Amino acid sequence: MSADTPLIGDHTMPETAPLTDARIGVVTFPGTLDDRDAARAVRLGGGTPVSLWHADDSLHEVDAVILPGGFSYGDYLRAGAIARFAPVMNTIIVEAEATTASPLPVLGICNGFQILTEAHLLPGSMIKNDHLKFICRDQVLRVENTGTAWTSQFTQDELITVPMKNQDGQYVVDDATLSTLEDQGRVVFRYVGESPNGSRNDIAGVTNERGNVVGLMPHPEHAVEAGYGPNDATGLREGTDGLTIFTSVVSSLTGGNA
Amino acid sequence: MNDFNIDTVTNAADTPETELPWAELGLKQDEYARILEILGRRPTAAELAMYSVMWSEHCSYKSSKVHLRQFGEKVTEEMQKDLMVGIGENAGVTDLGDGWAVTFKIESHNHPSYVEPYQGAATGIGGIVRDIISMGARPVGVMDPLRFGDIDHPDTQRVLPGVVAGIGGYGNSLGLPNVGGEVVFDSVYQQNPLVNALAVGVLKHEDLRLANASGVGNKVVLFGARTGGDGIGGASVLASESFDDTKPSKRPAVQVGDPFAEKVLIECCLELFHNNLVEGIQDLGAAGISCATSELASNGEGGMHVELTNVLLRDPSLTPGEILMSESQERMMAVVTPENAANFEAVMDKWGVEHSWLGEVTDTGRLIIEWDGDTIVDVDPRTVAHDGPVYDRPYHRPEWQDRLQTDTFRSSAAGGDLPASAEDLGQAVVELMSSPNMADKSWVTDQFDRFVGGNTALSQPDDAGVIRVDDRTGLGIGLATDCNDRYAYLDPYRGAQLALAESYRNVATAGAVPLAVSDCLNFGSPEDPDIMWQFAEAVRGLADACMELGIPVTGGNVSLYNQTAGRAIHPTPVVGVLGKFDDVSRRTPSGFQRWADGQAIYLLGTTRDELDGSEYARMRGHLGGQPPAVDLIAEKTLGEILINASRDGMIDAAHDLSEGGLAAALAEMSLRFGVGSRTSLHELCERDGVDPFTALFSESQARVLVSLPRSEELRFTDMTTARGFPALRLGVVDAESGGIEVAGAFQDGSFGIGLDELKEAWSSVIPSRFGGAAA
Repeated sequence: MSADTPLIGDHTMPETAPLTDARIGVVTFPGTLDDRDAARAVRLGGGTPVSLWHADDSLHEVDAVILPGGFSYGDYLRAGAIARFAPVMNTIIVEAEATTASPLPVLGICNGFQILTEAHLLPGSMIKNDHLKFICRDQVLRVENTGTAWTSQFTQDELITVPMKNQDGQYVVDDATLSTLEDQGRVVFRYVGESPNGSRNDIAGVTNERGNVVGLMPHPEHAVEAGYGPNDATGLREGTDGLTIFTSVVSSLTGGNA
Repeated sequence: MNDFNIDTVTNAADTPETELPWAELGLKQDEYARILEILGRRPTAAELAMYSVMWSEHCSYKSSKVHLRQFGEKVTEEMQKDLMVGIGENAGVTDLGDGWAVTFKIESHNHPSYVEPYQGAATGIGGIVRDIISMGARPVGVMDPLRFGDIDHPDTQRVLPGVVAGIGGYGNSLGLPNVGGEVVFDSVYQQNPLVNALAVGVLKHEDLRLANASGVGNKVVLFGARTGGDGIGGASVLASESFDDTKPSKRPAVQVGDPFAEKVLIECCLELFHNNLVEGIQDLGAAGISCATSELASNGEGGMHVELTNVLLRDPSLTPGEILMSESQERMMAVVTPENAANFEAVMDKWGVEHSWLGEVTDTGRLIIEWDGDTIVDVDPRTVAHDGPVYDRPYHRPEWQDRLQTDTFRSSAAGGDLPASAEDLGQAVVELMSSPNMADKSWVTDQFDRFVGGNTALSQPDDAGVIRVDDRTGLGIGLATDCNDRYAYLDPYRGAQLALAESYRNVATAGAVPLAVSDCLNFGSPEDPDIMWQFAEAVRGLADACMELGIPVTGGNVSLYNQTAGRAIHPTPVVGVLGKFDDVSRRTPSGFQRWADGQAIYLLGTTRDELDGSEYARMRGHLGGQPPAVDLIAEKTLGEILINASRDGMIDAAHDLSEGGLAAALAEMSLRFGVGSRTSLHELCERDGVDPFTALFSESQARVLVSLPRSEELRFTDMTTARGFPALRLGVVDAESGGIEVAGAFQDGSFGIGLDELKEAWSSVIPSRFGGAAA
């Protein structure tokens, strides 16, 4: 815990001046766990994290939104099934589906991805891992779509390592939609190596048609700071591959060179 | 609601002849007589319920108290300088500097986890986490020391997967990284697994909260989950027909957890603390409302008045006694000023947490509990919470202890024909690493979230769990738990000291300065003088060793009656040590890193012929003799060397030698990142006068293996020489070889073990028993 991590629902600005004017909302539902981590990742990526509350339908003028990981409402029903009906989601759905030139960029991580599928912002659904256990491990992914607001600073087919940790991470989708996703290049992240959960076509993350909404099961926000990330070739917990997700969206919001 | 006969105080005074089921509630005759004496009348049914649970072994520590006193007595002023809250509160609190403090505690949930592995283990996490919250702290991590029966026993097949899933299911849902613990297999834990749980939290000094009810007129509020019939201690007795014929049917004594409710409760409490809305707070654990009301009231200045019908229930048919005893999870009790009541309710509403105002703090010195206006409890709360019986139970050294200690490994049949050739020694190392206790535990730990929070700098399988506390400065903590029950069985005094020594060494090996101790003392029945002797010896040993190492016990837990069908577990004093980092980025990992090719490998410490109780002896089915010698001065010096070396960036890997000795440490340092080594035992054998077998498998204490760049060798050995601590260059890290090569005075040169082969043998042990790797 950091002294400068605000309490949930506290919208006061942090003491430190933001590097850019990119304001990125991080939603907290009851049972959300990785909201502070996502806020830290936004800060390290150069943006200003803004805490958003599930019961508040205002997005507080943010430029993008992250739905972080956790077990919203305990996930005793289908993961994300209750959170999808939160007041804040109504606004997010409208903004994300806006037919304007630049609809709201939305990133769903883990439980956030599950919420995005429940909200029908992304196709498919998540079921229990094929081995029926919670799994926490460093996971290699291939970035297959660098055209989204969240992946613009990766190189095509770049291999990245980020932690994954979930119980319901098996991505399932019907054959027709799967073909569409593959044909349109909407698989953004794919598992490399042995499948961690039995997902169809080893899919770890997908995007919508316009590329503003992205969901993935692994946790890029846990790979943003050397010393606290996954293990990689440079050593123990040195991996920071996830940071590019956050610098990508800040860059795209501030008109930086993607 | 009032559809059963309420036993009021007036009724109790009028009907002194009424028989109460005190014996069935676990009270002894003299204990019941004492209650009569305290009250000057017979207790009401509700009062009897309160006394029976609060005077139980679990809540009152009646058998252990006379021994536990040593933790408070064998201390120096120096040891207490960082201690903000000591033993007796929900958890001890230690100053970390910079306005930060840390609180940690370890507890057992052994019996519930045996009866219902998933819920037992889950609620064990829930309970210890609430202890941490009640100090005003944000929980930041958990650890789980686990002990199961023989890996191939059907009971272990039933218990282990449920326990692991329960810890994961509950802990992962709270957003707390699981940073370490232990997994031990031994047939003594068959039908009596040990499921201990440690939680740690951090707070700013000004957020410290204590469990007391002060300020006359302040309100008492119960919040969180509703009270149900689950977890009623001795419910089967309380609900018996002879007690009251109108009660609901018998209910299970195992609690059921709701991690979502707990997560919301954590955030809700932190918001209360942040806004300074509570005067005192107490979690509801064992003995539920009985415990919370009597402890809050007796730790405050006066009394308390409670209307029990205000308690929100899951089941409206619960009797007052059951409500007082229910151990439903995810509940907290707080004391709030009338001015803050509205703000308190706003926080409850925000988080969707139910609450009920139960009553208020009074200056009567009495705890009065009413049921619909009728007084059903009128007691001095101290008599319930603090003045329980104290027993100085008889104990004596078991008659078999001497026989056990003279049966040394070397003198036994198992100790004959030990491997001496390079080939046999190499095979013995592989065999050791693929024994259940030395095998890879990631099948278990990969089911726990170690990343959440973004502050985990080290976690299993490193020597200590390391968590950053402050983003800006890198201030942080290191934690380890250890116990070798085989050592404790051979000699409980020394065994407890060895548990502390190993935990201390682990924390220092990671680079943290040890600050405080929490213990979970798991033993058999205190009514058996042999067991009571083990307990007394272990406590004495631990208290003496804490004094010598200069770190205080800040809290803990005693778990007795760990025996099934008359067969007790080994004495298992699990010791947790907490240490401090000024900057956690200086932490030292336990394995050779990929870029460390060519680094020097040094062994610190002295190797003696100490194989009794060792992992090698276990592989040969032997347990007897004397555990390794304890040398706390050496442990302290070694600790200082490691802490300095970490802080000054001299070493890049460090791993302590414990179970399996040098062989296991070399193997583990290579398995961590798949980086091999080349070492020689020649000098070690010559210097310490041991043979290669002993050099590899002896479990002498105060030893650590480190790797360091050649540029640091001089500075490092200057430091060890200046402190007079033995340091010997064993060899080098070899990133290219893909194996562990060991030379020595063997009959046939050196042996090499391929890392691929070793990893396969080491990592397949647990998945092969419990249904495949977690992918």
